[in-house]
Amino acid sequence: MRTLVDALIDALRLLRDMDPALRETVGLTLQVTGGALLIALVIGIPAGAAIGLSPRVRGAGLLIPLIYTGMGLPPVAVGLFVYLLLSNQGPMGGLDWLFTATGMVMAQTIIAFPLVVGLTMAAVRGVDPQLPVQLRALGATRRQTALTTLVEARLGVTAAVVAAFGSIISEVGAVMLVGGNIEGQTRVLTTAIVLETRKGNFALALALGMILLSLAFVANFAFYRLQVRRGNR
Amino acid sequence: MRNRLVLLMVVALTATACRSGSSEPQVLRLATTTSTADSGLLEALLPGFETQYEARVDVIAVGTGQALSLGEAGDADVILVHARNREDAFIADGHGTARSDVMYNDFALVGPIDDPAGVQGTAMAADALVALAAAQAPFVSRGDDSGTHTKELSLWEEAGLTPDAAWYQSIGQGMGATLQFANETGSYTLTDRGTFLSQRESLSGLEVMVGGTTIDENADPALLNPYGVIPVNPDKGGIDLDLAQQFVDWLTSVEVQRQIGEYGIDIYGQPLFYPDSQRWRDR
Repeated sequence: MRTLVDALIDALRLLRDMDPALRETVGLTLQVTGGALLIALVIGIPAGAAIGLSPRVRGAGLLIPLIYTGMGLPPVAVGLFVYLLLSNQGPMGGLDWLFTATGMVMAQTIIAFPLVVGLTMAAVRGVDPQLPVQLRALGATRRQTALTTLVEARLGVTAAVVAAFGSIISEVGAVMLVGGNIEGQTRVLTTAIVLETRKGNFALALALGMILLSLAFVANFAFYRLQVRRGNR
Repeated sequence: MRNRLVLLMVVALTATACRSGSSEPQVLRLATTTSTADSGLLEALLPGFETQYEARVDVIAVGTGQALSLGEAGDADVILVHARNREDAFIADGHGTARSDVMYNDFALVGPIDDPAGVQGTAMAADALVALAAAQAPFVSRGDDSGTHTKELSLWEEAGLTPDAAWYQSIGQGMGATLQFANETGSYTLTDRGTFLSQRESLSGLEVMVGGTTIDENADPALLNPYGVIPVNPDKGGIDLDLAQQFVDWLTSVEVQRQIGEYGIDIYGQPLFYPDSQRWRDR
C-alpha cells in the first residue's frame, strides 16, 4: 500500500515537471492515435453509411458478421499481421515502415476501421426507414440522402468515434510489435507504461497511466460537447 | 443475483482457505533474468528440484533490474541474475544473505552481415564501439535495465563514449525482440551468446562481429557474463529462506552443475552456460 501512495506522490511530481521525454511520448501518442482515427473515420463513415442505407447488399449475410468480428479484433493479432506485412521478408517490406510511427498508424487504423463501419452502419439503420425514402422522393441525390441520414444518426456516429478512439489509444499489443518501442521515435504512452513497470519504475508508470486516462477523458469530453452543441442530449 | 454473488464469494474464499492448507507443496519464488528462462535451461533443470524437495518453483522471468527490485521488495525468495556490481550492492544494502557463483557464458557484439562499420574480427568490444560511433552505424540498445543493458552501458563507458545520437536506438525490450529488431533494421547490438544461438534460425541477416564463434574464441574479458544466485534477506517477511538456501545448495551441487554444462550441446553444438560454482571448481 505504501508503495502505491509513494508512487502516486511521485507521479504527481513528474506530471508537474513534465519533462521533455514525457512530452515527446504524449505527443507521439496523440499523433499516432489521432492519425489512425482520422483515416478510419474518413473511410469508415462513408462505408458504414453506404452499407446501412443499401437495403440489400450482395453478400450481406457474410459481410455483416465479418464486420462484427472486426469490431473485436485482438490488437496483438493485428500487430502481428502488420508486422509480417511490413517485415523485410513481407510483401510490403520495401516501404520500410516497420518500427516507424507510420507502421503504427497503419496497425491502429486496421483496429479502428471495423468499429467505425459497424457502429455507423448500426446508427444509420436506426434512423426511421421512411426518411431516406422520403428524401429520395423529394429529389435528393444519393449523396444528399446519405448526409442527411448521417446528421439524423449523429448520436450513433459519435458513439462510433468514441469507441474507435478508446480502443486504439489504450491498446499496447499492436504498437509494441509494429513500432518496437524506440525511445523518442515510436515510444507511446502504453508501451512506456509496460517498460517502466518492467523496470520497476512504478511512479513513472503510474504517472503515464494518469496522463493516458486524462487524455481519454479530455477527448471524450470534447466529443460529448460536440454532441450537446448540436442540441442533442 | 445478489445472493448468487455472495455465494460465489463464499465459495471463492473457502477455496482460497483450503488452498493454503498444508497439503500443498511449498512454493519457491525465483526471480531471474529472461535469458535463463528463454533459453529453456530452467525448464530442463527445475523438475529435478521440484521432485527432490516436494516444492513448486514459480519462475518470474524479468530483466536483472526488476529481478533485483522484486528481491528488494520481498516479492521473491531467491534471485538468479547477472550484473556483478549490482549483485554486490544488493548484498551490501542488506537485501540478500550471500551471493554464490552459479555459471557463466559470454556476450557477443553482433551486426549486419555486410558490416558497414568494418568491425568484424575486432578483439575488444570497446574498440569496436569506438569504430561504430565513428561510422555512425545503427546500434540497438535493450534499454530495459537488464544485465545485458548494464553491460552494454559499461562497455560504452570503457570506450569513453556517451551514445546519444540518431544512430543509437534504445527500445526497452527483451533480448529476443532486440535481436529481431537488429535483424530487421540492419543494426548492431550486444547480445548474450545463448539467446543469439537459440534464435539463430530467424536471424539470417546477423553475424557475430566481436566474440568469435564460441566462448573459447572470445578474447575480451569484459564480455564474460557470470551469473550469481542470492537468497533474499528474510527480514522482509514472508520469505522462505530455508527453501531458498536448499535451492542454492542444489543449484551449485556438482550433479546439477554437470547438467548445466551439458544443456544445449545436442541442439546448438555448444553449451549455452558453463558451470562455475565453488563446489564444481573444487571437485
